[in-house]
Amino acid sequence: MFDQLSERLQGTMSDLRSRGKLSESDVDKAMREIRLALLEADVNFKVTKQFVAAVREKAIGEGVLESLDPGQMVVKVVNEQLAELMGGSGRELIFASKGPTVILMAGLQGSGKTTATAKLALSLKNEGKGVGVAACDTQRPAAVEQLERLGGQAGVTVFSQGTERSPVDIAEWALGQARAQELDVLIVDTAGRLHVDAELMDELVQIKKRTRPHDVLLVVDAMTGQDAVNVAEQFAEATEFDGVVMTKLDGDARGGAALSVKAVTGKPILYASTGEKLDQLEKFHPDRMAQRILGMGDVLSLIEKAEKEMDASEAEELERKMRQDQFTLDDFLKQLKQIRKMGPLSSVLGMMPGMGKAMKELKNANLDDRELDRLEAIILSMTAEERANPDVIRGSRRRRIAAGSGTNVQAVKQLTKQFDQMRKMMRAMASGRMPNPEAMLQGQLTRGRRR
Amino acid sequence: MATTWADLLDVGDRELDPAASAPAGEEEPQRRGFFRRLRESLATSREALGAELSASLFETLDAETWERLEEALIMADVGARTTADVVGRLEAEVEAGRVEGAEAVRARLVELLADLAAGDGNTRVDLRPRPAVVLIVGVNGTGKTTTVGKLAWHLSREAGLSVMVAAADTYRAAAVEQLGTWAERAGCDIVKAETGQDAGSVVFDALAAAKARGTDVVLVDTAGRLHNRADLMEELAKVNRVIRKQIDAGPSETLIVVDSTTGQNGLRQAKVFSEAVDVSGVALTKLDGTAKGGIALAIAGELGIPVKLIGVGEGIEDLRPFDAQEFSAALLGE
Repeated sequence: MFDQLSERLQGTMSDLRSRGKLSESDVDKAMREIRLALLEADVNFKVTKQFVAAVREKAIGEGVLESLDPGQMVVKVVNEQLAELMGGSGRELIFASKGPTVILMAGLQGSGKTTATAKLALSLKNEGKGVGVAACDTQRPAAVEQLERLGGQAGVTVFSQGTERSPVDIAEWALGQARAQELDVLIVDTAGRLHVDAELMDELVQIKKRTRPHDVLLVVDAMTGQDAVNVAEQFAEATEFDGVVMTKLDGDARGGAALSVKAVTGKPILYASTGEKLDQLEKFHPDRMAQRILGMGDVLSLIEKAEKEMDASEAEELERKMRQDQFTLDDFLKQLKQIRKMGPLSSVLGMMPGMGKAMKELKNANLDDRELDRLEAIILSMTAEERANPDVIRGSRRRRIAAGSGTNVQAVKQLTKQFDQMRKMMRAMASGRMPNPEAMLQGQLTRGRRR
Repeated sequence: MATTWADLLDVGDRELDPAASAPAGEEEPQRRGFFRRLRESLATSREALGAELSASLFETLDAETWERLEEALIMADVGARTTADVVGRLEAEVEAGRVEGAEAVRARLVELLADLAAGDGNTRVDLRPRPAVVLIVGVNGTGKTTTVGKLAWHLSREAGLSVMVAAADTYRAAAVEQLGTWAERAGCDIVKAETGQDAGSVVFDALAAAKARGTDVVLVDTAGRLHNRADLMEELAKVNRVIRKQIDAGPSETLIVVDSTTGQNGLRQAKVFSEAVDVSGVALTKLDGTAKGGIALAIAGELGIPVKLIGVGEGIEDLRPFDAQEFSAALLGE
């Protein structure tokens, strides 16, 4: 299947370059690659067409033909153009100056409205607001129970009246309740509906009329294909929604739907849902989405995740040690633990740019968190001296460590070797040269597998 | 050659309820007309999309024809690779003079697409063992529980089979209640556990009960899971192992439920799920929207997994046997 646009582009461009000067038809070839990449990422066909035309114009304007590394140059232009299309500065939720702020959730069946409702409720509650949710999905069996339970988990007030009354009436009643209880926010969950279902779309319009929401949010599944634009256009027409919540971004879909929706409606994507747990809702970052669509990894999210999990002073200390080349196996152990706090290894690595191919290797090698268990066991079987200065580890020490950790001599050897490499990498980073992470990782992996 | 429930269901030497094979009953014209009704109701929104192939497309065959055709297939989520494959073959056949005339070209195209949709495997739903186990899997929000509910109804109402549903989605809040409502509507047995309980134990209990009661079919509803969550895929493989503990041959069908609005990621989904459990067919849901479900073609074409069922509405009767010809024609907006 399709992998890294940048890789493919680099490939095409360097092929061409070896033949001498680039021609316009060479640029066309690169544009075809981009077009294919976007289509594979589920960016809408028409949006793709316009986008490629714009990139072509810009690329030629910026002198790609004359530049030293045209492949890199084209990627840069694509990236900029994507980020521009995706974002601009996104709008935040609008809150009422007094009385409850009403947020209306809408979308197709199965896009994740009920879960998104509960997540948003929790997130706003954590910002110190009094939040209520209204269960207006009377269509799907047990949808009301689902919201009651999730709302309970989030610790917000759930307004539900079963499934007998009309959703319009329930929404209005819930708003009255929210007012009476002086809540700050009321989030109205609605039934999933097809954008071509006139009757249900009208019901949504009625709910909107009666509750006068400050924000209408369209919930869109990140895995949606070409149809995303039709859905978005129809919902925009009926409800004039204000923003989008992208769900299931923890999957491996490239999420071209995000770009399509933004391009055809101009509405910003406000939130991204990134997991099944209630606290897994994040503010949306257009630039990162652009990189994801292109398969360029999400290094910023990774940094943020790391920041969230890492003790700041510890991180500073680590950084200082790395820079001064005083990094020991003890520090390595600490780092291992930090990484594991960020989640399963595969998801952490998936966010790193250039790891596309390495991820496949990982899968083949079946490198999982158990490997980390082994590494930890080995380090923990070393003496303090050995951890501070792994160079002293020779034959008999190695045998002792292997026995102590339940591994073998090879495994111990590999670890010290890897650690040595890591130090080299850090030295390089400290001096400002970033080595190719993929090459480094792959080197480690193939070695790391042998027992 | 419309597919009826009798065509679809393989029940071995058991007798099927006559309702399932009724060719000219009420069911038939209603089903035949579905795509037409759908097209009519969508005419306006479709026009606006402009992706429809005009009837005259194949009258002149030139580069633009193939480009327009590619466009239409890509817009239907068929995917770039499968599209290039199909269009390339058609173009080659036309150039070699094997197909001539607009009508014939169009018919050949539908045939190529239908062949693709049929995949490599058995296109029937195997219900020969007793109890026959049908495992339903898929990512979140594709319509697994709804599909189980509808299938239970069709199997008992139209094929006269005794059906039990096992509520093995123990993760999503109120999923068990949701299936309970469907089971009530379908009038079938349900075996359930509490949210958070082990899915495997529910399945084990259900199969033991089904064996004791002599139930014909057990439909196992599982929790939605993203295919890139290795731990959850392992859990699914475990459910499969539990089934094998009760029934040596394992599930006779494992259906992956794919939302027809799904884009190219659907291919990944089918691939990864197939690695964890032996997926034997696709249930393509939500075809009553504007999405055409072309991803099912990519899945059938690249992985050989045939489409077996389609979901076309929220009503309990809105599940139908897949008809490759009809689907392919609809894909082209006929």
